[in-house]
Parts: sequence; structure tokens; C-alpha cells
Amino acid sequence: MAVEPVLRMKGISKSYYGTKVLDSVNLSIMPGEVHGIVGENGAGKSTLMNILFGMNVIHSTGGFEGSIEIAGQPVQIKSPLQAMALGIGMVHQEFMLLPNYSVTENIKLNREVLKPNLASRIFGPRLQSLDYDKMYADARKALKRLNIDIDEYATIAGLPVGYMQFTEIARELDKEHLRILVFDEPTAVLAESEAAHLLEAIKEIAAAGIAVLFITHRLNEIMEVCDNITVLRDGRHVVTKASKDTNVIELAELMVGRSMEFAGRKQHYSHKGRPILEIKQLTVDMPGERVRGVDLTAYEGEILGIGGLAGQGKIGIANGIMGLFPAAGDVKVAGTPLPLNNPSASIAAGLAFVSEDRRGVGLLLNSSIEVNIASGAMFGKKEFIKTWGPFSQVDQAAVRENAQKLIGELDIRCTGPRQLVRQLSGGNQQKVCIARALTMNPKILLVSEPTRGIDVGAKQLVLDTLRRLNEELGMTIVVTSSELAELRSICSRIAIITDGRVAGILKPDDSDVNFGLLMAGQPISKGA
Amino acid sequence: MQSRPMTTSETMLQGRMASARSFLVRNMVTIMFLVLSAVGYKLSGMTPFLFLMDIVARLSRNAFLVLALIIPVMAGMGLNFSIVLGAMAAQAIVIFVTHWGFAGLPGILLSMALVTPLAAILGYLTGSLFNRTKGQEMIAGLILGYFAQGIYELVFLQLVGGIIPMDNSTIIMSSGVGVRTTIDLTNGLKYGLDWPGQYWGNDLLLRPTLPWAIIGMAVALAVGIVIYQLRVDKRQRLGSTQLVLAGIGLAWACWWSVQQIQARTQINWIRVPLLTWLVIAGACVGLHFFSRTKLGQDMRSVGQDRHVAAVAGIDVNRVRIAAIILSMVMAAWGHIIFLQNIGTFSTYGSHEQVGLYSAAALLIGGATVARATIGHALLGTLLFHTLFIVAPAAGRQLFGDAQIGEYFRVFVAYGIIGITLAMHAWKQILQRRSVDQ
Repeated sequence: MAVEPVLRMKGISKSYYGTKVLDSVNLSIMPGEVHGIVGENGAGKSTLMNILFGMNVIHSTGGFEGSIEIAGQPVQIKSPLQAMALGIGMVHQEFMLLPNYSVTENIKLNREVLKPNLASRIFGPRLQSLDYDKMYADARKALKRLNIDIDEYATIAGLPVGYMQFTEIARELDKEHLRILVFDEPTAVLAESEAAHLLEAIKEIAAAGIAVLFITHRLNEIMEVCDNITVLRDGRHVVTKASKDTNVIELAELMVGRSMEFAGRKQHYSHKGRPILEIKQLTVDMPGERVRGVDLTAYEGEILGIGGLAGQGKIGIANGIMGLFPAAGDVKVAGTPLPLNNPSASIAAGLAFVSEDRRGVGLLLNSSIEVNIASGAMFGKKEFIKTWGPFSQVDQAAVRENAQKLIGELDIRCTGPRQLVRQLSGGNQQKVCIARALTMNPKILLVSEPTRGIDVGAKQLVLDTLRRLNEELGMTIVVTSSELAELRSICSRIAIITDGRVAGILKPDDSDVNFGLLMAGQPISKGA
Repeated sequence: MQSRPMTTSETMLQGRMASARSFLVRNMVTIMFLVLSAVGYKLSGMTPFLFLMDIVARLSRNAFLVLALIIPVMAGMGLNFSIVLGAMAAQAIVIFVTHWGFAGLPGILLSMALVTPLAAILGYLTGSLFNRTKGQEMIAGLILGYFAQGIYELVFLQLVGGIIPMDNSTIIMSSGVGVRTTIDLTNGLKYGLDWPGQYWGNDLLLRPTLPWAIIGMAVALAVGIVIYQLRVDKRQRLGSTQLVLAGIGLAWACWWSVQQIQARTQINWIRVPLLTWLVIAGACVGLHFFSRTKLGQDMRSVGQDRHVAAVAGIDVNRVRIAAIILSMVMAAWGHIIFLQNIGTFSTYGSHEQVGLYSAAALLIGGATVARATIGHALLGTLLFHTLFIVAPAAGRQLFGDAQIGEYFRVFVAYGIIGITLAMHAWKQILQRRSVDQ
């Protein structure tokens, strides 16, 4: 082609602490092109954008490999400011707006129109006055390009979310020399009509010659606006296709793929005991992971998987049942109704929880392994405690014995039960969490993100532990995980959560297409 | 709620009531103090003459110090208790200027010129400290004040007269080492700004009587309002209700003043330190102007959300340091104004209460740790010091003991800081909850 690509990223690789998160990704965009990037969580989308923006998190962890060219010129992007100067703009997923400022003041944030005055002539340019008239005029112009009627004098606080989103876009449009505009999940917070308007606006922006990078997991939106689509999976560049040569089903398949091969466990599909955990119309008010009405049943002796993309609410389910976030709905454990919003009641009902927030909620990092293992039962069930009238004392011998037993059973690698948990590796810390849950003799074990932040070898060990608990002790386990591959390796059924509800329940050997479609919020078409 | 649809007037009435209620809630602290001051004044049985004389002196003495707190609030750093350091710097400079024998207005100007770089350096250091204690600026500032007290005492109790030579028997203790506990500024900086003419033998220069000063201020305010209405964008103009209220207020003040002049009352004996008031007015205008400059806008941006400001490319730490430097310099100047009005000060104690009293005054004016305006500062100074004046007298009238009124005032002054901080934290929790939903 005669026209030079406005952005070309070649062979981009990046490792965090030895873990490769991006592996020679290539990307090239023409002026006026809308380019979609799709991928699961952890596929490397945000790392790629962080590199493009020269974010500090990249440079403080050893930089990256590969080269970036803007309009044919090789560039070194060292800071977000430099990225902005090069004409790269970003519409953030969470709003970067100041609530007490007017729409105009937000659009012109740190790019205010200035005029000199007496003080600035004496004390320097930082004392120049703001030229409000010009600022309002500029804001008006930028909003007009988006074809939306927002009062440029209005204060941001109190505006509908959609208007906030458009204010952010107007801010980027107002920047002179804007060449590339990145949208990071822009429709996640929008209502349907607002999202439609946004897609229109994106087309208009591209028509004006600006290259648009559109990151989303809503596949139908990407099909609607994008000219070309790049699929990332596990940090690798899977394919770049023109959107007219592909379809939603193919994209879903490419996006999910099968990245890790675990031995399946087909023998468990048929196993169905009596219902042990019945969830009806559960809503959980967990910020960022809101559950909006989930119906789900776990049967005795199975491993039930809960999957889905980040922010869709899968994490909220277990947290809600355990009473850690405000919840409403009907939950029955072995036929008995469970009072919600009451962690002690959940523990008394025989539920044990391994939190996704291992270092925050899950562990007492500066305490020993044995104390960590015993602490749940100590506080929840008053075990390991000797009572002397009004006084009570920890039963050290019982704590020690229990810890030694579990260290052996779960194969926790440590110097002994007195070692501090802080000194353990991620995988062994996770095993301590599981050991603590087991100490409470649960009927049902709820495990959230068991392999988050653990290296690949240890992941397998943790998963094997869960599988062994299920097979040897017949324990019912509900696993929540962002990594579909690991759910498919150990679960008998997998519920996919989208937008706070169960989008569908699949078997581990169902096709990639079906998983991808459910995660993207699409109904499964017959025969797919 | 109602079965039949509401008429327009009813809806309007409801709206009015709702807005009146929210006005009351928002200005709860200020209204409470207004009532306390009025009741206290009534109980004290003071004559208007005595009261006005005292309040004029206290306003001109303290207003500038309270204004020094506004900029850090704008930058989201809360109440800057570290202005105590600015006050110490001012006292240090005043001691030296007194030792060198400067007096009157020239002495004041020299002190202000000398204290500026010292306060700026202290402000830079304090700002750097605050950048490492983000979110804890208030407590850090408070503790910093106590820490600086130690260094200040080391310098003026041990070093001055010992290592730093100062041969002056009125300032240095009889042992030859250390500064005396009280410094008398009579025949020195005393009234240097308030009575500038005294230095040149003209006692009444720039000291109009109170009624004439009020008339002058009213005219100046009226002109100011007209200019503001003409120059500012039409959305920011004052509403008709505000204009009518301001008109009535100014007209009444003029009428009252004319009456006083005609009746030759005692009020005419009260003289206003015009130059000091002009300096305070200049600070107000300067603050207003500053809030509409690039640096001022950056401070407001940083004050609302550090993260968003940083993403937009604002150097957050630099802006915060600038805010503390400006506040510190203003506090040092304010304390010089304070000292020249009192005319004598306790070397090791006069600066101690500056931070807490100024903060209390600002909060009583209706400010919060997140929002403070010039109006809050001036109104707060007026109310806080009204209570100062009337509380002991009211206590004597009520219980036969002035000390009880004094207890009450101290209790209220510190209580109000605690309550305001708690209320602010509570409001933030409520806001966070509503954002989540």
C-alpha cells in the first residue's frame, strides 16, 4: 500500500519476573482504520497498551523487546506524556475525570488555554490566567465532533455515565495532532443505546483519519465497527483478520483456544449425587464483581467450575455465600436454608472458603504456618482452644499436630510448622489456605482463583490437590477461576457467568466456540 | 405520596423547603456559632463600643493567618497545621530585626522581605515531607510543629548569645545566653503596619474612624460587585436574590455609620488600621486571582484526585510543594502582622496556637478539609473571635466567674475541629457508598 501505517509494533515481547506475558506480537494500523483487539483476561491486551503508552509499570520491570514505529519513524516511548506528545490518546476503562469540574475543565485538564498577565510576566508562565471563553469554545467544538449534546458548562458529578464517557472521548479529540486513539473496554459501563451511539462516534472519528484501537470482549461490537481484528491468546499473536473474512463464532474459538492441556477426567461426568448447594436468585453487591441473580446447583461429590471474564460477577458468588459482601437471595446447604450476610452462619453450615485475595484476606502473612492452618477453625468453630473458666488458651499441641498432618498430606514445602507464611512461595501459600479450609471439616469447599499469581508448575500441584480431595474424600468443591483451561481440566461441569448471571452450564469437553460465545454474552446457536 | 397531582406552587414550596433544609445542614457549624455568638453577646452585657473595638483589632490581627490555610485545602492537603513553622520563622526574623533596631513600617517591610526566603525553604521541606505522607498531611503537620519547636528552642535558648553573637541586654537573658521569654516590640515594630504614620510622627495617618471605614468599604464592595457582574461570564454572575441582599446589607451599614457620625457616639473613637486591612484585602484579591491561574487550576485538579491529575500529566508532587510554600510564606507574613498588632510576644509560646486557632476559625466559617473559600476564612475569623471576646464576659455575668466562659470557649474551639474532621470523614463514607450503588 502507498500509505504508511500510522502505528507499527513489531515483535513485542515482555516478561514480568520471568513469566512471559507477551511473545513477539505484531500490530500495524493505517490512518482511519478501526482495529479491534480481542482476547481473554491475561491474553496480554493491557500489557500491550501499557507498552504503547510507556507506562511506568513496564519500565520499572525491565522494559520490553521489540520496536514501535509511529508514521514510519522508530520511537522510544518512555512515559505517558511522551505518548501523548506523539499523538496517542486513550479512553480509559475507569473514568479519568474530576467530579467537581465542569465538562470543559475536564476536557481541557492540564491543557488549559492560557493568557499572560502582569503576575505571569514577573513570576513565570505558571501564573498565567485561564482563558475560559476559549476553553468553552474548544470544548464545544470537540463535543460537536462527537455529535452529542452535552452542556459544556455542566459539572461532571451527577452526569449520566454515558456523558462521562463522551467527555473523556472529547478530551482526546480536543488534543491536536491526535493520530491514534485507544478505547479500552469503552462499552462495559454503557447502556445499549449509549453503546450504539459510541460505536457511531468511533466510525466518525476514524472517518476523520484517526486510527482507532478498540479493545473489547463484546464480539458483536467488534464485528460492527472494526476493519481488522487481532486475536491475542496467552500473550501470543494468534491471527489478524479483516472483519469481513471472519465471524463471531470463529473469533470466539480463536479467543479461547486450548492453551494448556490437562488430563481430562471424563469418568466424573456421570456422577450426580443429591443437590448439596442450591443457589436461587442470588445477588451480591461486590464492587467490580456484581452478581445480579444467579441460579446454580452443586451436587454432592462433584467439582463445579465457575468461569467467565473478569468483572462479570463470578468472583462475587462465593464471596456472597460466605457473607463477605452484602448479598440477597435463597441459598440452601444440604436442604437447610442458609442465612446470608453472616459469615459465622456460613462456616457453621459447613462451608469453607479459600479466598481469591490470598495475601489480603486469606493469610496472616507474619504468622506461622501452624497458626494460619488452625486460625479458621479457632475463630469459626472454637476448636484448638482450651477453656479455663472465663479464660481461654490456644491448645499448642493440637495446633502443631494438625499442622504436621496437613503439611504431609498436602505436601507443603516448608522448613517446618513454625515457618512464617510470608516466606513461602505462592503455590505453598495457596496450599496453606486449602489446609486451613480443610481443618474446618467442610461439607463444601469454595475455592476462588486457586492458581492466581502462582507459577505454572505449582498450578498443576494445586489443581491436583483439589482433584485428590474430591476423589479420595468425596468432597464437593466449587472452583471459581478466570483460567478456563484449568476449570476444564478438573471440573465436571462449568457455569459461565456473564453480566452477573449464569449464561450457561457446559461440560469440560464442549467446544471452544461455545465457551467463547457464552463468555462474550452471545447465545449459543443451534448446531454450533 | 399525595393522591392528587401537586400544583406548581406546591412543588416550588417543596423545592424551597428542601433547599432550605440542605442549606441548614451544610452550614450547621456556622449557624451554630452565629447563634452562640449572638447569645453570648447578649449575656455579656458588653457595650457595642467595647465589642467593636476588640473585634476590629482581632480581625486585623488574625485574618491574614486564616487566609494562609486556603491554598493547601485547595490542593487537597487538608488544614495545614504546619503554618506553626511559618510563625516560628516570623518570630525569628522579628527578633533579629528588633535587635538591629529597625522600627515602624520600614521594619515591617524588611521583616517580610527577610522571612520570605526562610519560609519558602521551610515550605519546601514541609511539602517534601507531606509528599511522603500523602493522606496524613494534617497529623504530619501537627507533629512537625512540635518537632520544630524543639529546634527553635535549641536555637534561641542555647545558640543565640552563645554561638550566634547577639549583644543586646533587652533581648538576651542576663546570663548572656538565650533569648528572654518575652520580647517587647514597643518603640520597634509595634503597630508598624497598623499605625504606619506613628514612625513619622503622624499618629492618625491611614487610621480612619470605624464609621468612615465602613462607608468606604461599602462603596468599594459595591463597585467591586458591579465590576464583577460586568466582567465575569453570565453563568457565574450573582443571582438577583444575592444582589438584593447585598444591596440591603451595604445600604444598612452605610446608614448605621452615618447615624453614628451624626450622633458623635463613642464608636467614632474606634480607629481602623487601614493599611493592614488593605493588605488583607490584597491577599483576598490575590487568592481569587491565583485560583484562576494555571498553577491554581493545577492545585484544584490535584486536590480533587491525585491519580487523575497525574495521568493528565500534572506533576502532582511539585504542585503540592508549591501549595505548602505559598501557605508557609503567607503564614509568616500573617504572623508578623499578628505580632506588630499585639506589640509584645512570648518567644517560646506565641506561635504554638497559630495552627489550631486558624484552623478552628476557618472551620467555623463553614469550610471543610476539602473546601475552603475566602468568605469562610473572613466569616470564621469574625465568629471565632467574637466568641473569644464575649465568652469570658458572659461567663462572669452568668456564673460570676470569667473562667467558666473561658473553659467553654476552649472546649468549643477544640471540639469544633474534632467534630468537623469527624463529619468530613463520615460524609466521605456516605459518598463512597452512594458511588458504589
